[in-house]
Amino acid sequence: MTDARHAVRKTGRHQAKANRQLLYKRVESMKVVKIDKKKWDQGLAALKGVYRIFSPVKMKDAFEFKALEENENPDLGGLNTRLSAKGLIYPQTEAMFTYTLDESREDHHIMSPVETDYSPRAVIGLRPCDADAFLLVQRNFDTPQYKDPYWIDAYEATTIVGLACENPCSTCFCTSAGSGPFNETGLDVLMVETKDGYILKSVTPKGESLIAASGWNDEISPEEAQKQIEPLKTAAEQKISSVVETDQLKNKDAMTIYNAPFWDDVAFACINCGTCTFVCPTCWCFDIQDETHKTEGVRMRNWDSCMFPLFTLHGSGHNPRGEKVQRVRQRFMHKLKYYVDKYNDGIQCVGCGRCVRACPVNIDIRKVCSLMNQPENATCAAQS
Amino acid sequence: MQNPYLPYPVRIDEIITETEDKNLKTFKFVFLNKEDEEKFAYRSGQFAELSVTGKGEIPIGIASSPTEKGFVKFTVNKVGLVSTFLHNMKVGDIMGIRGPLGNSYPWEMLEKGKNVVIIGGGFAFTTLRSSIVYMLDPTNRPKFGDIHVIYGARSPGMLLYRDELAKWEARSDINVHITVDGTDDPGWKYNVGFVPAITEKKAPPADENTYAIICGPPVMIKFTQPVLDKQGYGHHNIIMSLENRMKCGIGICGHCNVGKEFVCKDGPVFTLAQLNRMPREY
Repeated sequence: MTDARHAVRKTGRHQAKANRQLLYKRVESMKVVKIDKKKWDQGLAALKGVYRIFSPVKMKDAFEFKALEENENPDLGGLNTRLSAKGLIYPQTEAMFTYTLDESREDHHIMSPVETDYSPRAVIGLRPCDADAFLLVQRNFDTPQYKDPYWIDAYEATTIVGLACENPCSTCFCTSAGSGPFNETGLDVLMVETKDGYILKSVTPKGESLIAASGWNDEISPEEAQKQIEPLKTAAEQKISSVVETDQLKNKDAMTIYNAPFWDDVAFACINCGTCTFVCPTCWCFDIQDETHKTEGVRMRNWDSCMFPLFTLHGSGHNPRGEKVQRVRQRFMHKLKYYVDKYNDGIQCVGCGRCVRACPVNIDIRKVCSLMNQPENATCAAQS
Repeated sequence: MQNPYLPYPVRIDEIITETEDKNLKTFKFVFLNKEDEEKFAYRSGQFAELSVTGKGEIPIGIASSPTEKGFVKFTVNKVGLVSTFLHNMKVGDIMGIRGPLGNSYPWEMLEKGKNVVIIGGGFAFTTLRSSIVYMLDPTNRPKFGDIHVIYGARSPGMLLYRDELAKWEARSDINVHITVDGTDDPGWKYNVGFVPAITEKKAPPADENTYAIICGPPVMIKFTQPVLDKQGYGHHNIIMSLENRMKCGIGICGHCNVGKEFVCKDGPVFTLAQLNRMPREY
């Protein structure tokens, strides 16, 4: 990487971080502990007494987050989970209300709140990109005007222990997207694997409480921790080979990018399967449906996707985004331009690379982002 | 934390079949809890999610005016699952409404003595009815300059709120031009012709204090806009209300997104000047 590109990347990242940290309370007096691998199980058992623990576990053919059973251990050997951590705060399907149609009941046809377990929970072993994604979507669910109680209650109940990435993969571009393999923003505790165990560094009061509850008390000084972590962090950042330029997105007129000539090429292979939106940690769209069995029912919300024609279909039959190319453009415009314009804090993407890995037809957000960043060069770039 | 997805329980108090094809019915709702009516304080141009328990929610413009107390009214076209079920419901049935949602017509600005030209077509006359009733309220009328209304439908039997239209037509403090595409009724005493043609003949001359509010089917808007352009209406003086598929109504679920705006939260009312800078995804 040339020095100039490196400088662009660093400035972009620091600007994004500076804004994002306004949303997020850190502690100054951080506490750092070392854990010997032998003491891991003991601390984990202690934490299970206080929190419901969610961690990556190797399923059939991929790592996924799940609530750990009593004798179950996190499986921290995987690079990243197939689905992001968003479902831990914002489940793929979630009950909003219940109702009865039984007219002999006094509250018939009136929505009642559902009881959801918002007791303390901890996510152990998610990657820093997924934690950063919570801060990006927080802007959508927790607004000055409206508060989404389901998202907010779940997020507030959760303590996030992020595992630093020492071996990012070829599709990772977190350092271009305002995050990084050792990024602490969005975490409560940063967890770094060392030769003989882990270093746990608390970043927020929630993180301090978790370390206190674990009984892991082999404290080391922040300076000593920094000395051990810094070389690992530098090494990890250098392993990230993907650099995506986002610096021009803000300045370009939205309609110029919208009307750019490359969208047909970008969308050509897309089969509108929606996989990109489901694996994405920052895609937040949902549908609301009533599910009734006999006289009892539940109002549910389910993840939805702007890739589907039904997403925008009017009752009249008119569809404002009836063509595939319009839907593909919508997804990229939303993440890489509309969000940028609306919140002035970088792109709605943390660079986890899941959509790149999961896309069945190899559509690559990194390439689309480069096209959008310089739409005037697009005609030739689209052919490359 | 108040749950913005929780509808206020209401009872259907009255159902009026508005049009000869029976596809449009006006529902008058009364809040089960009196205090919910106060929380539902609204402005003309806003909408609400009608929640039919067990079927789902639909976003519908509020047809009653804030000056009418004790109830809220919505006129609903029968098109999909929820609206069809609603059309079969009876007086006394319990359901929910959630809102008010969205911005509204820009009353703060219009109430500074502006002239208002309302142009409506077909069943997109509901929030316009709310606006007319609001402006004609004796305490509000002095705040506006001249008021014109141009409203058309396919045939006399397809006009909404026919009794009210006739009363407004007879008043001197509002200029109402009713039109139909065609009719074989020899007693028809109003205009015959499409809305753009009537607009060309009847709309007052453009000036910076005159604002046109347009609601209607896309084809009406398509042919009315050139007429207003020709008459010199600036794009900041043309106000439109959009519709898009919606679920949450509060700018969270993503369905009605157009550019960086949500039709539900940043709209549904936009000026043409604003729309010119947005993708035409509505």
